[in-house]
Amino acid sequence: MMLYQTSQLTDRSDGAIRRNMRSLTTSGLILGALIGLSACVQVSAPDKPIVINLNINIKQEVVYRLDGDAKDLINKEADIF
Amino acid sequence: MFDYAKKNKALAVIGGLILTAVVAAPVMAQRDPAYEAARSSGKIGEKPDGYLGYVTPPSPAIKALVEDLNIKRKAAYTRKAQETNSTVEQFAFTSGCNLIMRTAPGEKYQTPTGTWNTRDASDPVRDSRCL
Repeated sequence: MMLYQTSQLTDRSDGAIRRNMRSLTTSGLILGALIGLSACVQVSAPDKPIVINLNINIKQEVVYRLDGDAKDLINKEADIF
Repeated sequence: MFDYAKKNKALAVIGGLILTAVVAAPVMAQRDPAYEAARSSGKIGEKPDGYLGYVTPPSPAIKALVEDLNIKRKAAYTRKAQETNSTVEQFAFTSGCNLIMRTAPGEKYQTPTGTWNTRDASDPVRDSRCL
């Protein structure tokens, strides 16, 4: 069956083959466009609120800078610590 | 005349001592006995975020005590954060590092993973950013 079709294609004149190729290209493009459309990335707003973790703001250099003041506070207000 | 000055000087010294005691009193303020008891019994402990936490489900009295102290702590952290141009979380965290370090043996503290440890003679398990 396949062999027969192939021989049929090769037996055709140049114009027929070209026409056939053109229609193939066109249908390929349409198919590609359809696949492209269906495979579109769907972007939707998240239903949960976006949470930004503030912990990333605490770096060791900050701890280093505030350490003296923190010790000072703990000593001065010993009743709440 | 000289005697009078001498007597005055002695009075001034006594007055100065009384004044020092009055002024120093708030600085020397110590923990409330109920708070101290809750700490040493391990019902409450120090968290890495600079606030107190419940190790076991709290009684209404302990809940009220901890909430009151945490509100006072937050007020103090907020004030100091403004003074030092930092955020409340940053100042509270730095204080937490120190407060966990200062826990007495037998008292509870929370590790960075969230488990409650009892402080012993060794260094407490703290966040890697602590000094």
